[in-house]
Amino acid sequence: MSQPLSQTEQEPHDQSQTDSASSTDASLPMYDTVIIGAGMSGIAAGIRLAYYDQRVCILEKHTTIGGLNSFYRLNRRDYDVGLHAVTNFTEKGAKKGPFSRILRQLRFKWEDFGLAPQRRSRIAFPGINLNFDNNIDYLTSEIRREFPHCIDRWQNLLAGITDYDDLDQTAFEISARERLNETLGDPLLINMLLCPLMWYGNPREHDMAWGQFCIMFRSIFLEGFARPHRGVRLILKNLIKKFRGLGGELKLRHGVAKILTEDGTAVGVELENGNRIHCKRILSSAGLVETLRMCDATSEPDPRLAGQMSFIESISVLDKQPQELGFDETIVFFNDSNDFHWTPPAEGLCDVRTGVICSPNNYVYDAAEGKLPEGIMRLTTIASFDRWDELDEAAYRREKLRWYDRSLESCVRFVPDFRQNVIDMDMFTPTTIRRFTWHDNGAVYGAPDKILDGTTYIPNVFLCGTDQGFVGIIGAMMSGISMANLHCLKD
Amino acid sequence: MAPEEIRQAIIEILEDIAPDEDLTSLDDGVSFREQMELDSMDFLDIVMELRKRYRVQVPEEDYAQLASMNSTVKYLEPKMVDVAV
Repeated sequence: MSQPLSQTEQEPHDQSQTDSASSTDASLPMYDTVIIGAGMSGIAAGIRLAYYDQRVCILEKHTTIGGLNSFYRLNRRDYDVGLHAVTNFTEKGAKKGPFSRILRQLRFKWEDFGLAPQRRSRIAFPGINLNFDNNIDYLTSEIRREFPHCIDRWQNLLAGITDYDDLDQTAFEISARERLNETLGDPLLINMLLCPLMWYGNPREHDMAWGQFCIMFRSIFLEGFARPHRGVRLILKNLIKKFRGLGGELKLRHGVAKILTEDGTAVGVELENGNRIHCKRILSSAGLVETLRMCDATSEPDPRLAGQMSFIESISVLDKQPQELGFDETIVFFNDSNDFHWTPPAEGLCDVRTGVICSPNNYVYDAAEGKLPEGIMRLTTIASFDRWDELDEAAYRREKLRWYDRSLESCVRFVPDFRQNVIDMDMFTPTTIRRFTWHDNGAVYGAPDKILDGTTYIPNVFLCGTDQGFVGIIGAMMSGISMANLHCLKD
Repeated sequence: MAPEEIRQAIIEILEDIAPDEDLTSLDDGVSFREQMELDSMDFLDIVMELRKRYRVQVPEEDYAQLASMNSTVKYLEPKMVDVAV
C-alpha cells in the first residue's frame, strides 16, 4: 500500500510518460491517494493517509487552504472567512465525542487547537429568549422557565438523542419536524430549537433530517461552542504542518478538470492546465454533484441537487469591545416571528428575518492570550445565490452596502445597537462562497441528500466533506478521517 | 520479541493513540474499551501501527483478539516471535 507503483505498472495509463525525464507536472509520479480540496476534510484525510506512509497529494483549486474555513488579511486586519464557532467542544481529558476522537486520530494534543469556550449564547424570538452555554443544564432550566408544560417531554427528547445511533441510515432520513411534533408538541419551542441547529448545519429547506438534527443537537447543545484566540488560522496551520511533516504534498492553484477513468475505474485526474496526475484512488471534497461532473463530461448533473442554502455575512469592526456596548454574549440566533422560515429568499437578494450574530470577542480566552485587539460583530443572514450571481459589478457593490445596512437594522432588534461604532467592514455573499469553495450555488452546507458512506458509482472515487454528511469544522475533519479509514487505508 | 517486549510495544502504541491517558495504572486483564473508552477507530489504529512499526498483519476477523492487554500479547506472541526489538 505504501509503495508507489513501478514505472511499468504506471505506463499503460499515462500518455505523458515519454516526457517523464523532464520532470514537469506532466510526469508526476503515481500517488496512492489524490485528495481534491484542501479544506478541513481533505487535510484531515491527508494526515491519516500520510501518517500510514501513503503517497498522498492534495490538489486545491484556490490560492490558499481552508475552503469555507479559510482566512485572509485586508486593511491590515486578520479575518476568518466562515468561522463563528468550533462546535463539539469538550474539555481537556474528555474521552468521548468527535473532538477527542479527532485529536486521537490525527495525533494532536488538546492544546494544539487552542480552543476557548463560549461565554453564553441565546435563541431570540419575539418576546422570548432561551439562553444556553456549554452545559445542557442551563438550557434545561431556561426551558423549564419558558415552557414549563414541556419539561418532561424535553427530558425524554434528551434521552432519545443521547441514544441515537449516528450510523443508522434509516432513522437518519426521518423528518425532524414530525419527530419533534410527536415528542415536544409545542410549535414555538420546536422552532426555537430548530433555529440554531438549522443555522449551523442544515442543507435542506423547511425541514431537517432527524439524523442531522441529532448530530447538530449534540454538537451544539450537549457539547458546545469554542474558538481559538487566533481564529481558524491556528487550526489550519497546525493541520497543514502535520500533513507536510508526514511527507504529504499540497498543490495550490491545481484545479481538477476531469477524473480520468479506464474500464469504469479511476486512474487519475486531469488538471485545468492539462497536466495529468495518476493515482490508485481519489477522495473528493468537491461535493457530490461537482465530483460527478468531473467524472463524466457528457451528462450535466442538475446543480440544484447541490443545495440552495447560502448566506451573506458581514464582519463589522468596532471602535470598542462589544462588552463595552453591553453585549457580552457569544452567539445570538434571532428570528422575528413565531414561524421559522428556513428557505432561500422567495424574492429579493436576502431574507433578514432570521440571522446569526456572533462576537469572537466573547469567548473565555486564557488570561495570557488577553482580549482580541478590536471589537468584532459577525452577522449572517439568508441569501439567494442566483440573484446575487446575476448582478453586474456596479450593482453587486451597491447591493452589498444596501443589504449590509438592512441586515444590521434587523439584528439590532435583538442585540445592542452597534452601528455608530463601526470603523471598518468586510462582507461576503453567495458568489464569494462559491469562489472560495467552488461549490455550486455557494451552498454552505452542501447537498440536501447526504452520501453517508461516501461512495460514488466509480468504485475507487469517494466523497468526503459536506456532502458526505458532516458539517462544521469538527464535522468536516471527522468526515475526512472516517472516509480515509473506511475506503483508503484497509488495503 | 518476548511477551514483555510485546507488551511494551503495545504500550508505546497506546501512548501515541491516547497521549492524555495515564497508562501506568492499566489493568492487563480488563478490556481497553472499558478502561480507555477506545472505539473502533482506535482499534483500527492499533492494527495499523502494528503493521507500520513491525510489519505484523492482523486480519479484520481477528480484531476481537485485541480486547485487553493480556489477550493482545497472547495473540501477537506467535506473530512477533521473530520481530527484533
